[in-house]
Amino acid sequence: METNPTSDIRDPISASGGPLGAAVDWITDFGGVLIDWLIGLGDIAMFSLRTFGWLLGRLPRKETIIPNFYQIGVLSLPVVALTGTFIGMVLVVQSYVQFRSMHLEAKLGAVINMSLVRELGPVLAATMLAGRVGSAMAAELGTMRVTEQIDALVTMGANPIHYLVVPRFLGCLMLIPALTIMADFMGVAGAFFYAVYLLGIDSHHYLENSRHFVGNFDLFVGVFKSLFFGAAIAIIACYRGFNCNPGAEGVGRAATTAFVYSFVAILLLDLLLGIAMDGIYFALWPEAPKLF
Amino acid sequence: MVATATHISDSSGPLIQMEGVEIDFGRQRVLRDIDLTISRGKTLAVIGESGCGKTVLLKTIIGLLRPTRGLVRFDGRNLAELSERELTRQRIRFGFLFQQAALFDSMTIAQNIGFSLRQHTDKRVDEIRYIVLARLAEVGLPENILDKKPAELSGGMRKRVGLARALALEPEIMLYDEPTTGLDPIMSDVINELILSTRRQHPITSIVVTHDMRTAQKVADRVVMLYPLPRLRADEPQIIYDGPSDRIEQAADSRVSQFVRGEARERLMEMRQLNGR
Repeated sequence: METNPTSDIRDPISASGGPLGAAVDWITDFGGVLIDWLIGLGDIAMFSLRTFGWLLGRLPRKETIIPNFYQIGVLSLPVVALTGTFIGMVLVVQSYVQFRSMHLEAKLGAVINMSLVRELGPVLAATMLAGRVGSAMAAELGTMRVTEQIDALVTMGANPIHYLVVPRFLGCLMLIPALTIMADFMGVAGAFFYAVYLLGIDSHHYLENSRHFVGNFDLFVGVFKSLFFGAAIAIIACYRGFNCNPGAEGVGRAATTAFVYSFVAILLLDLLLGIAMDGIYFALWPEAPKLF
Repeated sequence: MVATATHISDSSGPLIQMEGVEIDFGRQRVLRDIDLTISRGKTLAVIGESGCGKTVLLKTIIGLLRPTRGLVRFDGRNLAELSERELTRQRIRFGFLFQQAALFDSMTIAQNIGFSLRQHTDKRVDEIRYIVLARLAEVGLPENILDKKPAELSGGMRKRVGLARALALEPEIMLYDEPTTGLDPIMSDVINELILSTRRQHPITSIVVTHDMRTAQKVADRVVMLYPLPRLRADEPQIIYDGPSDRIEQAADSRVSQFVRGEARERLMEMRQLNGR
């Protein structure tokens, strides 16, 4: 029997060996990685567009929305509240000695609450969501992919993006602001408790400095950023699940990469949105008070 | 066109036509120049060794995979030219029994069987329940499994629930992907009987992908045998048998008769030669 001619294609230059062959191999490999990366980027962009298309076209049924909202919102609340409390307390522990050495401990409330509301609250809530919900979503959808459940949905005339992705996307998008506010509140409360009751900082000055430097815009910035984090987590997790490789290893890898990519996306978006929102803030309020 | 399939004419006309279909996964070709016509009301079995492209063929027919070259016509319409909405409308004319049943893990058995009815009809909850119970009875399963999850059922029961789910919307075409794989001989025969009784009760066109010759001969009017591409010459057709199921044992091609008789000796020698042993 002859083998299929398409199954064995060898590059004559590469096959010849030597420095030229090695260089060609390196360029080929690099080009391959670059092309794969660009294809992946285009693919995830198309996936996002299809999700937005279905989101604007027709909302999913409530029996697909409610379980996802419960999973994403209600079940994430305790862990977000707990970690928020601890992060507030840790911030006080880490900052107190330095601030006291400069006799600025009364300003601690302003610095910690500003950090929590603008940065740590949203990033913490998003990280917990990516870890708890994002990787679970990728694993669940990945399992559905490898066991042909997604194919079964298609054969039964249901669009998997509409049926599986849109409810998860909506859940992440709509509930992450609530989780962020919970993380902010618990962080602020935890920090206040530790600073005032355990370290003996004067509560009046602590709160007065916070009130003076932390405004509604700061709270808005944190909540606004969280919307982008929620959208990124849902899209990345669902995309990784939909494009899962076969087998248990494929599902595990989808769950892991969903968290890693989501975390990188959260930090990248945080930086870009932080710069953009600061630009807007100082354009709107050029005489705004500065901390120091 | 390389493949020269012998088509069996049927007065009611073809329902599915594949013309020069080729499927590539990256640099690997799985199907080559497939010409196939499937007549209304008939049962076609597609047989062949593992990895020869049987499931790929089935998924191409329902539009889960798009041909790299060639076209698939369903009821005279080229699937590639249909909009997503129209393709969905055509897909619900099919029922698909997957190899591992592909039941939705997160749903109960009742929700699985009633899924298409909830998606595509305005039926009330009690009407859906009535149909679900009827389908469950049709495949010989008791009512008390309705609230169970798929993970609580045996492989044979899951296959039967999969069949009940596929039949919920009374499809015109049933596609069976390895319906008896992984089942004991008795349960395999139960599934074969269900395929036959489904055909008796509903005017259905069926395509059964299998490597089980008993299934192919028991349920099909016609059998098509695919051969794995890596072991074919470039000028050989991939369909090496296309004819009545009751005459496959007299096929002239030795590869067909070896497969039918389940003779492995020549295949083993060939594998050893390929591995250089």
